[in-house]
Amino acid sequence: MGDFIELQNVSKRFDDLVAVNNVSLSLKQGEVFSLLGPSGCGKTTLLRILAGFQMPDSGSVLLNGQDITRLPANKRAVNTVFQNYALFPHMTVWENIAFGLRMSRKPSQEIRKEVGEMIELMELGDHAHKKPHMISGGQKQRVAIARALVNKPQLLLLDEPLAALDLKLRQRMLIELDSIHDEVGITFLYITHDQGEAMSLSDRIGVMNLGRIEQIGTPAEIYEAPQSSFVAAFIGDTNFLNGRVCETVSAEYCRIDVESIGRVIAWNDKNLKPGDSVNLSVRPEKFRLFRNRPPDSEHRNLVQAKVVDLIYMGSSTKYRLECGDYILIVEQQHGRYLLDEKPITWDETIWLGWHAEDGYMLQRYEEKDEALMALGEDMT
Amino acid sequence: MSGEKNRKKVPRDPSSRWPEILLSAPSLLWLSVFFVIPTIIVGMIAFKPPSIYGGIGEGWTLDTIRSLAQPSYPQIIWRTLWLSALTTALSILLAVPVSYWLATIPPRRRNLMLLLVILPFWTNFLIRIFAWKTILHPEGWIKNGLMALGIVGKDVSLLYNEGAILLVLVYTYLPFAILPIYAAADKFDFNLMSAALDLGANKLRAFWSIFLPGIRVGLITAVLVVFIPALGSYAIPEIVGGPNSEMIGNRIAQRTFSDRNLPHASALAAILAAVVLTPVVVMQLRQIASTHRRPSA
Amino acid sequence: MKRSRVPMAVSMVVLVFFYLPIVLLIIQSFNASKYGGSWQGFSFKWYGLLFENRAVWKATQNTAVVALFSTICSTILGTLGAWTLHHYRSRIQHAHYLLVYAPLVFPDILMGISLLLFFVHMHIPLGLPTIIVAHITFCTSYVAFVVLGRLQDFDMALIEASQDLGAGWGTIIWRILLPVLGPGILAGALLAFTLSIDDFVITFFVSGPGSATLPVYVYSMMKMGSPAIINALCTLFMLVTFSIVIVGQRMLTKNIQSSQSRI
Repeated sequence: MGDFIELQNVSKRFDDLVAVNNVSLSLKQGEVFSLLGPSGCGKTTLLRILAGFQMPDSGSVLLNGQDITRLPANKRAVNTVFQNYALFPHMTVWENIAFGLRMSRKPSQEIRKEVGEMIELMELGDHAHKKPHMISGGQKQRVAIARALVNKPQLLLLDEPLAALDLKLRQRMLIELDSIHDEVGITFLYITHDQGEAMSLSDRIGVMNLGRIEQIGTPAEIYEAPQSSFVAAFIGDTNFLNGRVCETVSAEYCRIDVESIGRVIAWNDKNLKPGDSVNLSVRPEKFRLFRNRPPDSEHRNLVQAKVVDLIYMGSSTKYRLECGDYILIVEQQHGRYLLDEKPITWDETIWLGWHAEDGYMLQRYEEKDEALMALGEDMT
Repeated sequence: MSGEKNRKKVPRDPSSRWPEILLSAPSLLWLSVFFVIPTIIVGMIAFKPPSIYGGIGEGWTLDTIRSLAQPSYPQIIWRTLWLSALTTALSILLAVPVSYWLATIPPRRRNLMLLLVILPFWTNFLIRIFAWKTILHPEGWIKNGLMALGIVGKDVSLLYNEGAILLVLVYTYLPFAILPIYAAADKFDFNLMSAALDLGANKLRAFWSIFLPGIRVGLITAVLVVFIPALGSYAIPEIVGGPNSEMIGNRIAQRTFSDRNLPHASALAAILAAVVLTPVVVMQLRQIASTHRRPSA
Repeated sequence: MKRSRVPMAVSMVVLVFFYLPIVLLIIQSFNASKYGGSWQGFSFKWYGLLFENRAVWKATQNTAVVALFSTICSTILGTLGAWTLHHYRSRIQHAHYLLVYAPLVFPDILMGISLLLFFVHMHIPLGLPTIIVAHITFCTSYVAFVVLGRLQDFDMALIEASQDLGAGWGTIIWRILLPVLGPGILAGALLAFTLSIDDFVITFFVSGPGSATLPVYVYSMMKMGSPAIINALCTLFMLVTFSIVIVGQRMLTKNIQSSQSRI
């Protein structure tokens, strides 16, 4: 599994907007790589550069070691599944799928055979001679994928392919995409703004923001060890605690003075010294709530908090807690039959605990990233 | 002209059709009296003899229809058809790239350009014809220019021939072709072009097998709105054409105003009407049939 | 993606093709020479001659009268027609639709000759009234289609909403329909007005002695008058039409914006 596709220092600007800012990225053969970011982060421009619809202002694109930066889209072994599918409305499903093979002037017998196989693989047999407006959203999706895959591209680009589908269908198509990938084994580059899709499908994720890639890693790395406040806030919910290191407890742990909350212990993986300022990210589900004060333990933080708001969500409940000057978001799973318990309710003062390892130190913090979170206003 | 589509069926009490009838009556009656009846009269008068005072005589006759067989008529009808067809073809050939361009430039610039393209549409068409007459005039700019370049001699006339008619017809009807084609191109999803390129088509191929089918409705409308009025051209051949380049419209006007043979004029008009209305009626019937077949949503 | 330059090049050629004759005509109207070809100095004399011409004034007056009457009548007829076409769906409306649609594709000369024969047949003398009737007939269809286009964007739930809030039909028409559809109706009226002052062929067929409108007069001048005076007349005529179109567009976009902000 060597580096199969490489983007080297790619930049692209439109008038005064820098859409892609000096991005370098390499994909491995056969992996599913997701570019995840909010709209306008440059992910679609990056996809269009890979597809050949746009030329970068600087930098280069390599496919299998060969420079394809200036190669036009119709000469690249790269195919795209477009957002909203872009199926040709005046052609049948069969003709749509056959289009690419016809363009490469394959003999018609071969076209018939390959399109037939693809239609079988995608279970589109009943719809081969229908026009796109006569089939459902999920079927259109499969036609779009079939139309791209039938050309046996080395790289398949998927541009928000599930955005137009409703929730249940989206979940089904995710599973289907996964099995299609297992079947064909080529590299997928998946563009999305939906963290759930990226998490469940990808081998690796690149999180993009403002034309740059903020972090590349496996889904778990991205979620558990976000490097910046943007990544922490964009993927899942989180709480930021800002403070200053006041003492190093051991080689691995330090104590941090968080204003209005007090001293908390944290895992010091960044080797910070006393006096350094630090921003911690603590995920809502890492907290534990206690009605009565639990016994102290060495690496656990314990603070008092007041319930401001709560939302019952079935499998879990989300709480907004007032803790010092902070409003913290906390999510608790319901292990037991909830109605048997005496539930925690509004205005109750409770104890909040979390382990030192659960507060992850961010390399970069920007206050504006806090706006990315659903922060209590609309917790669903 | 998709008035048939998207119309919601309004549930109503079948006994109270009076609002509908009262509200429809004004336009329905007006158009029946001043459009349908005159059209029927045209067909009728073709079978009447002319009166010596330039009016319509008594009784019925087939003489007028028979006289259409004289050899000058097939020639005029043929000329009318091919000039109109060529006008349509040239207008569409020019309108497609213009519409493509208009639909792909940034919206802010597009509005200005669209205004520039349709503004000539608003100038009186006599003015436009006259402008060309001045230009093509033996003393005009183009003739002088071409003579100075030695391309044409002094005796060559740029006016009063079929070429001049064709030029001015295209000039007059090109905006009519651009509007419906642009409207279709504006709705066209240009992602489809990207998809075609992505699947290996070159630009020309994508244009031909994706863009053109995509704007099919606009193309059909353009054919109708250019071809039909061109068939009925009267002023253009009258002003820039010559005695050997008459179209059917000239002959109708000539029979009406110079010879004052109204039955003859109406016979010619009836032929023209038949040629024009056949495609329209067929299309309308198909549209009505398809709206009836469609299950109500 | 690098865009092909062919469409742009063709468009530029077409724009030159569109404007060259018009611009040359305007330049000519200021040329002291009677017959184009060469420039003999800037002059207003053709405009002077034009203003002394009483027949031009008479034709202008006729044009205005015809345009005014036919715009008002066709706007009312066309708006009502569009409303019923949009609102009802019955056999009557199929016939109605066909009737409204047919004049749009009917060549001018056919409408001209058929109306002429109709008037002759009915022994109605030709003059301004026959011209007005003819103009109402073709303008109605154009108004109906413009208003129909707006109605298709009109949310019928607005009517149900206002009924739900207690409005009667009078209030609905005055407070809901006219404000929302106003720009569309105005656009239809403006189109009718320009079509009316522009029409030559139909008017030519149904006009009688002394009822020549401007286009008919221009035509007769083309046949025998001095080309230089026609240049001047055409230039002024274009000035008027362009102003109507541009003012109309301004008014329309403004109206649309304000009616949108009102909703």
